[in-house]
Amino acid sequence: MNEDIYQAAIVEAARRGAEDRRLAAPDRSATADNPLCGDRVTIDVALNDGRIAALGYRARGCALCQAATAYLAEAALGKTPAEAASLAGEAQKAVTPEAAPAAAPWNVFAPVRAHPSRRDCVTLAFEALKCALG
Amino acid sequence: MTRFDAAAIRRQFPIFDRHPTLHYLDNAATAQMPRSVLDAVIEHETASRANVLRGVHRLAEAATAAYEAARAEIAGYLGAGDPDEVVFTGGTTASINLAAHGFGNGLAPGDEVVISGLEHHSNLVPWQMLRDRRGLVLKALPVTEEGRLDLDALDRVVTRRTRLIAVTHVSNVTGAATDVARLVERARAVGARVLLDGAQAVPHGALDVAALGVDFYAFSGHKMFAPNGVGVLWARQEVLESMAPFMGGGEMIRSVSLEATTYAEPPRRFEAGTPPIAQAVGLAAAARWVRALPAEAVQAHLARLTGRLLDGLGTNPRVRIIGPKGLQARFPVVSFDIQGIHPHDLCQIMDGHGVALRGGHHCAQPLMDRFDLAGTTRASLAVYNDEADIAAFFAGLDDALGRFR
Repeated sequence: MNEDIYQAAIVEAARRGAEDRRLAAPDRSATADNPLCGDRVTIDVALNDGRIAALGYRARGCALCQAATAYLAEAALGKTPAEAASLAGEAQKAVTPEAAPAAAPWNVFAPVRAHPSRRDCVTLAFEALKCALG
Repeated sequence: MTRFDAAAIRRQFPIFDRHPTLHYLDNAATAQMPRSVLDAVIEHETASRANVLRGVHRLAEAATAAYEAARAEIAGYLGAGDPDEVVFTGGTTASINLAAHGFGNGLAPGDEVVISGLEHHSNLVPWQMLRDRRGLVLKALPVTEEGRLDLDALDRVVTRRTRLIAVTHVSNVTGAATDVARLVERARAVGARVLLDGAQAVPHGALDVAALGVDFYAFSGHKMFAPNGVGVLWARQEVLESMAPFMGGGEMIRSVSLEATTYAEPPRRFEAGTPPIAQAVGLAAAARWVRALPAEAVQAHLARLTGRLLDGLGTNPRVRIIGPKGLQARFPVVSFDIQGIHPHDLCQIMDGHGVALRGGHHCAQPLMDRFDLAGTTRASLAVYNDEADIAAFFAGLDDALGRFR
């Protein structure tokens, strides 16, 4: 149901995701585009002792794209690049029909399972992160 | 004027039997098909299905006759003098690519082709590819703040080196209609040809290409109540005769040896392979269906609904209309941006209200850049739309505005 997609948690996270939180001096940066809709996410990563000390972003996209970006930035803090990259699996699981329930906060995207055209909105930030860490 | 009954029109479209609560406002992407078109396709495939031009058996003759009758019907719809000026293609994109190869490959390095910032990518990318193949100069007419072609720039952009002006007849984003007479006048003054992308214009009534004075006209069937997979490139006979083929294969030859091939006359020279036969039959049925509508009443009906959209959107401070805000020289395609709501979120919420809209860049990224937007939301009307569709649109809009304050 469409009603479920735009839960308060997603709208709230999207508000954070809509802010320009690019880092002034990132160690790594990458941008991912969705050519179908024109959405674009840039991820900046600052590393300290092999762990993510800060994850900055600018997400020009829909509420799903922006909410996922905000959640990613919050979840990646303190993780190693490998641990952060593995978060993509959880987000993917959240939007994949028939998959087991995803862990919080990614489970808020479960209603997207019914809307294949919106799944890439949730995973675009992870593409940018993967490029940045790659 | 014949009385217009939108409900009676709507009843002719079986899609609304399957989806009785559907408010379909995505007609600029694909329009629905009336029963008469569906019936024509089924009748053809049931009674006359065969390949065209080569067979001598009765089905082949029937299929060829139906295909050529469709060509004549489309020539009539376009106001073309000769059915052989109608080339069936796969759609507008295929039509423009055909022109870009068949006509464009005859251009010389340094020749200029003029497009515009208003174009769908299908009337932009083929010309960029031609530029790169032939060493041409590609120039663009700018777009006004109202989302129209800026024809004040004609004298500056169109020069003695211009060989072709290829622009939209009606914008698929802003709905603005091009002042073709002004464009053609400038083209004639410098000896340039004119191609119009008519994808958004043809669903709204028969044309008169002779009166328009253009040289090429491209459009798709699926936007004018016909099946997918068929489109048309119309061009003047002398232009078609001067063009080399684009694709080689069966049907487009006069004779073939292992060493060389001579080509058929137009239009077959440009119809390599088995053409979209049943689709062409469907397109002809769609043309007949549109021509049978009371044109003035339809125009008044769509203008009234478009006015309701423009007025309702225009009074909301969070909404910015991308296109003309009035009804003058515009078609029922209304694009807009809402502060704080992404087009895809709006379309998703609208879908929950049964309203089908289109959100995104509409294959017109240079136009999005012109307005500094990633995308817009677009409502586009067809003759079967009614007040209930507009009411559902505004109910959905209010819901979305409330969710994303």
